[in-house]
Amino acid sequence: MLCAPAVIAMLAVTAYPIVYAIGLSVQQVDLRFPEEGGFVGLDNYTAVLGSQLWWTDFFNTVFIMVTTVAIELVLGMAIALVMHRAIFGRGVVRTSVLIPYGIITVVAAFAWQFAFSPDTGFVNNLPLISDEMDWFGGRFSSFAVIIMAEVWKTTPFMALLLLAGLVTIDNQLYEAAKVDGASAWQRFTRITLPLMKPAILVALLFRSLDAFRVFDTIFIMTRGAQDTESVSILGFNQLISRLNLGLGSAVSVLIFVCVFLIAFLFVKGFGTKLEEGRPGA
Amino acid sequence: MERGSRDYALWSIGIVLVLAFALLPVLWLISVSLKPPEAVTDGRFIPSEFSFDNYKSLFEGGIDDSPFIKPLINSIGIALITTVIAITLAAFTAYAIARLEFPGKRLILAGALAIAMFPPISTVGPLFDMWRALGLYDTWLGLIIPYLTFSLPLAIYVLVAFFREIPWELEQAAQVDGATPFQAFTKVIVPLAAPGVFTAAILVFIFAWNDFLFAISLTSSDASRTVPAALAFFTGESSFTQPTGSIAAAAVVVTVPIIVFVLFFQRRIVAGLTSGAVKG
Repeated sequence: MLCAPAVIAMLAVTAYPIVYAIGLSVQQVDLRFPEEGGFVGLDNYTAVLGSQLWWTDFFNTVFIMVTTVAIELVLGMAIALVMHRAIFGRGVVRTSVLIPYGIITVVAAFAWQFAFSPDTGFVNNLPLISDEMDWFGGRFSSFAVIIMAEVWKTTPFMALLLLAGLVTIDNQLYEAAKVDGASAWQRFTRITLPLMKPAILVALLFRSLDAFRVFDTIFIMTRGAQDTESVSILGFNQLISRLNLGLGSAVSVLIFVCVFLIAFLFVKGFGTKLEEGRPGA
Repeated sequence: MERGSRDYALWSIGIVLVLAFALLPVLWLISVSLKPPEAVTDGRFIPSEFSFDNYKSLFEGGIDDSPFIKPLINSIGIALITTVIAITLAAFTAYAIARLEFPGKRLILAGALAIAMFPPISTVGPLFDMWRALGLYDTWLGLIIPYLTFSLPLAIYVLVAFFREIPWELEQAAQVDGATPFQAFTKVIVPLAAPGVFTAAILVFIFAWNDFLFAISLTSSDASRTVPAALAFFTGESSFTQPTGSIAAAAVVVTVPIIVFVLFFQRRIVAGLTSGAVKG
């Protein structure tokens, strides 16, 4: 009985809406033309899956997800090692790393946009970078800035999850390896990485699912211009900007299916006990 | 001895790099916010002259005309209410999961985990439709409800991890010593549980404070628009000026309290974010 309120609150805004979304996705519902309507079967899905736009956006989302998570894994591991093993200043490092975590994503996106924008930014005045570089004028240069902002904002979370795995490794293993003459790199690849596999997988899963939902940064920086739209932006445009609830819901349901598949592949592929992991922020 | 000083230098470099990574974008934002309007496009990292005009313009016109005060009140109110309700519900649930055996316990944990992975965009369309029918569109409650849903899993996981560590025998011990059950709960258990509850509260607050997707989808006016959504709709003094300075100033105003908060409660946040991440 103690759980009932929380369970109801969680189901009311997830399970019920997803059923509702599935319902909307098989109808023609466009709030601009309320008199038209009715059951259309899978027409909305064939329209979405048959469109170039969905596949471009899907590619963009997967591209951003894979790149950010890969960069974050390397950076996050480096930061976790500094936090764990630095002989001094650990407190300062842990505290400063939390700052990007606490900052509103929209605010972080503006900070990076201002830095790279040709009129307000300082980046183009740096050596080695052309003064004329129009970062938001091209697709992949836009992606570069979007990815940098995303990496900056979410690496702390990755680093902390990895740190939690690092602290569980018994220090005596390193001492023994040192005695046996293992180099620092060997100690890292032969002891740290294998023992941290569960922590790494949990961190990768949470960050991948989170990165697949990328919305805020793209909305602020390009609004999807230059073919930089993500699937979440597509869903938003259909649902809220165009008020086409039928098509938008089909996009929503497809995103849900993608997220479900990513989670399923992680669990099947790696077989870690993910109940021992914890939800991301 | 030489090895020791080499290590020292290496770690110093590592620490400086991490600090630069974390702090430079924030310093840049502060710098933009302090530039006078005519210098916003000078492309300098450090302003050549300082001005607080951007901050003044945020609060100009009082509560009715300022583009910032109402969203700020909305943000604070919505995030605080969400935090209080989410922590109350999550504490009951976590207490039951940590202390009692009942059918469906694993199901609740698995369900909470599933919701933590749920893509919020998938609920935006239905909520938009339902909220318009129910009159919840563009109200505080219309945002608080989805925030509750998506922060409860986080709060439950953090609290379960903390509650499992509490030595509950102390409660009986206190009763043996003559405390009433109520005293045993308030004087023994509450102080032990407080750090966990506090940690969960910080994380829920940051979540609600940060949200953008629901905030722009389910609001249409200053009646309930929160700061992240309001920032996206900021306009300049005229249609030819970019609102860069005002956005930067508003961003600093909503960021500094969070930074102070984070600095102050660093240990708690780290403990909360990593609780139960890896066992054994």
